[in-house]
Amino acid sequence: MTTATVIPEAERGQVTQLRVIHSEWIKLRSLRSTLFTLLAAVVAMVGLGFLFSYFTADRWSHLPPEERLNFDPTLVSLRGFYLAQLAVGVLGVLVITGEYATGMIRASLSAVPRRLPVLWAKALVFGAVAWALMTLASLTAFLVGQAALSGHHLGTSLSAPGVLRAVLGAGLYLTVVGLLGVAFGALIRNTAGGIATVFGVLLVLPVLAEALPSSWFDAIDKYLPSTAGQGLIHIHQQPHTLAPWTGFTMFCLYALVALAGAAVALKRRDA
Amino acid sequence: MIEAHSLTKRYGERTAVEDLSFTVRPGSVTGFLGPNGAGKSTTMRMLLGLDAPTSGRAVVNGKSYAEHRAPLHEVGAMLEARSIHTGRSAHNHLLALAATHGISARRVNEVIDLVGLRAVAKKRVGGFSLGMGQRLGIASALLGDPATVILDEPVNGLDPEGILWIRNLLKGLASEGRTVLVSSHLMSEMALTAEHLIVIGRGRLIADTSVTEFIAQAAGDVVRVRTDEAEKLRGLLAGPDVSIASQEPGVLSVTGLTSDRIGRIAADHGVALAELTPQQASLEEAFMELTRDAVEYQAPAAQLVTAGGEGRAA
Repeated sequence: MTTATVIPEAERGQVTQLRVIHSEWIKLRSLRSTLFTLLAAVVAMVGLGFLFSYFTADRWSHLPPEERLNFDPTLVSLRGFYLAQLAVGVLGVLVITGEYATGMIRASLSAVPRRLPVLWAKALVFGAVAWALMTLASLTAFLVGQAALSGHHLGTSLSAPGVLRAVLGAGLYLTVVGLLGVAFGALIRNTAGGIATVFGVLLVLPVLAEALPSSWFDAIDKYLPSTAGQGLIHIHQQPHTLAPWTGFTMFCLYALVALAGAAVALKRRDA
Repeated sequence: MIEAHSLTKRYGERTAVEDLSFTVRPGSVTGFLGPNGAGKSTTMRMLLGLDAPTSGRAVVNGKSYAEHRAPLHEVGAMLEARSIHTGRSAHNHLLALAATHGISARRVNEVIDLVGLRAVAKKRVGGFSLGMGQRLGIASALLGDPATVILDEPVNGLDPEGILWIRNLLKGLASEGRTVLVSSHLMSEMALTAEHLIVIGRGRLIADTSVTEFIAQAAGDVVRVRTDEAEKLRGLLAGPDVSIASQEPGVLSVTGLTSDRIGRIAADHGVALAELTPQQASLEEAFMELTRDAVEYQAPAAQLVTAGGEGRAA
């Protein structure tokens, strides 16, 4: 018995960040769950965008004048982001917790004992894939939605002020939701716990804030991650919110802090 | 080469490994033996830098594991259970690990062939039997053609053919000059595979010895003698360091004399022997004897026997 041919000295490479990124790309594309979840996000984005647009156009004559006045055709066609963020957030968590649940993390960290390159690579690869797909989905949802609205002459175009920002913004927002998922997945190392935390932060916090007296709510709500991040998707800035890019920067900072916490935890804890 | 220097690992109040020092040398298979819960897996995780020791240091091929820039080329490991994502195919699993070191797809195919998983390489690991999982774990360990190989319970779940395969594989790896550390809770398996033994119990070193020595000690110098003149021989053999027992007529169990010596004495006095056999206590018994006080979990029945005394062993 022999270990067959051995690897020549010349072919023995070191671990580099680029190689770890390549490894994470193989991992991401070789799981069926990745494919299905991303597909679900795209379907949610495009499908809901069309439905919201179609039914809004259909009910237009029955809408109260106030709603017609504040009508944001871009936002209506991008409404699917609300559901898509669930899929992207869950997948972000799974990118990490899937490895803890199966024990794969021990193989990953044995191959890359400095550990942090694994976290950076996961965030980068997943972030890039989520961004590309969600931006594409957002653009498609917008075009499909506007087509549905145009029958009633309610549509808008990418060249209208703020529209491009909103369409690209939906892709960016969803990307950062995914990164929050990665960070919380690495911090909590458990799928259910990670998912609960991500959506606790994104969906439950704003609801809890509503229980506060309205002056407090107005003061606090704009700093909540979801409100700050979603400003980018609204054409008209909502009252008591941060400017779109300011809010999004804030949202990114939250994600960066969470990733930094994840890095410290990954480096310190036993695998 | 693997060196453990006073390795200690505590989880809160519980001490999993305490002041454990040993050296594993290249060129032979070293068995890492201990009852379940003795700290074997914890020790192996510390060797691989997955768990940080509370105190002490683990060195592999001259450096602590995390200091290696190409760890898969230095140390190949298969840890307890499987460390494999069940949703991925064997081929993609190995490909992803290989990518971290820029190891070629050709090498991935090589190790797949080596462990005999060619036919199922593209299937999801979730559907693998325990034995196939073990083979994939071994493929991952050998991927980087490492100088040191660490395998945790590799024969678990393998069929007889697989066990034979792994025995030969381990011996082959050692004969190529690699350092091979293999854990097991089965003494009999280690006796067939390993040349050196490191035995631990409740996180402490119990024995660091060669298998031959271990067997010699375990044998306990009992010699079975059968003769028609048992009573005459008993008188001839008696001495200060000799004890003689007899469970059946005409058969003596002699402790304290070698079979050579007994044969000589019998011949000198014209006693005809029908049988003269050095008895080897079974290795499993010797191992259990050695680790009896160090077993973490015992069945309730075993505790009842010792009930009047110290109670639960742990």
